[in-house]
Amino acid sequence: MAKSARDIVVSNSLGLHARPAMQFVDTAGKFHSAIKVIKGGEEPYTADGKSVMQMIILAATEGTPLRIEAEGDDSDVAVAALAQLFMDKFGEE
Amino acid sequence: MKLHDFIVTEAIVPELQATNRDGALRELVESLAAAAALPEVAVDEVVAALIKREQNGSTGFGKGVAVPHVKHPKIKQMAGTMGRSVAGIDFAALDHQPVFSVFLLLSPENQPQQHLQAMNILFSSLQEDMFRRFLRQSSTRETIIEVLDDADRVK
Repeated sequence: MAKSARDIVVSNSLGLHARPAMQFVDTAGKFHSAIKVIKGGEEPYTADGKSVMQMIILAATEGTPLRIEAEGDDSDVAVAALAQLFMDKFGEE
Repeated sequence: MKLHDFIVTEAIVPELQATNRDGALRELVESLAAAAALPEVAVDEVVAALIKREQNGSTGFGKGVAVPHVKHPKIKQMAGTMGRSVAGIDFAALDHQPVFSVFLLLSPENQPQQHLQAMNILFSSLQEDMFRRFLRQSSTRETIIEVLDDADRVK
């Protein structure tokens, strides 16, 4: 199975709160691939990128590095689309 | 951070009288104001902000729980409470199921980190099947507080 990964940093000032978490899950749901979002550091957590609850548990503040991993036939496009959300700051400041 | 750091236990509503979303939001905000966790004069504005937030996207994240929340300039200190509905409330939830437990979280505007941390604590507990089940079975404020205490203890 094809795998892709991308390291990103949360760059919107409010962090990964509920609205961006839901936006992420909406986009993740458009792909066949299984999506994981991994936070390292002192409180490591791996969230299922298709679960709003788990994405909110990441509690990723501005400046938090995260790794997006996808596994499936569309993993390349999935990772690119999801990383783009972070680059666009989820439409926030 | 623990649940008890932001859940105002005196404001917990073991049986919501409201049968719809907007009524439940008002009931919980009024309960926080009655417990002096929010100025009375801010109630209407905060309720309106919460309703607007729900209209932009439901906080009914599934599994019978909703977590309405808002950051607002009238809120000086983070405060949360919980309300339980026996009949279930239509929150336009993501899984289209009724909501039996409503956790309300009010945050000041300028502390996004604290807000994310509180959401982290709340959702870590809400992920647990047992936590949700026990809450649904708890018909008094005292038993709800016990469930929250237990959740804090295992962290």
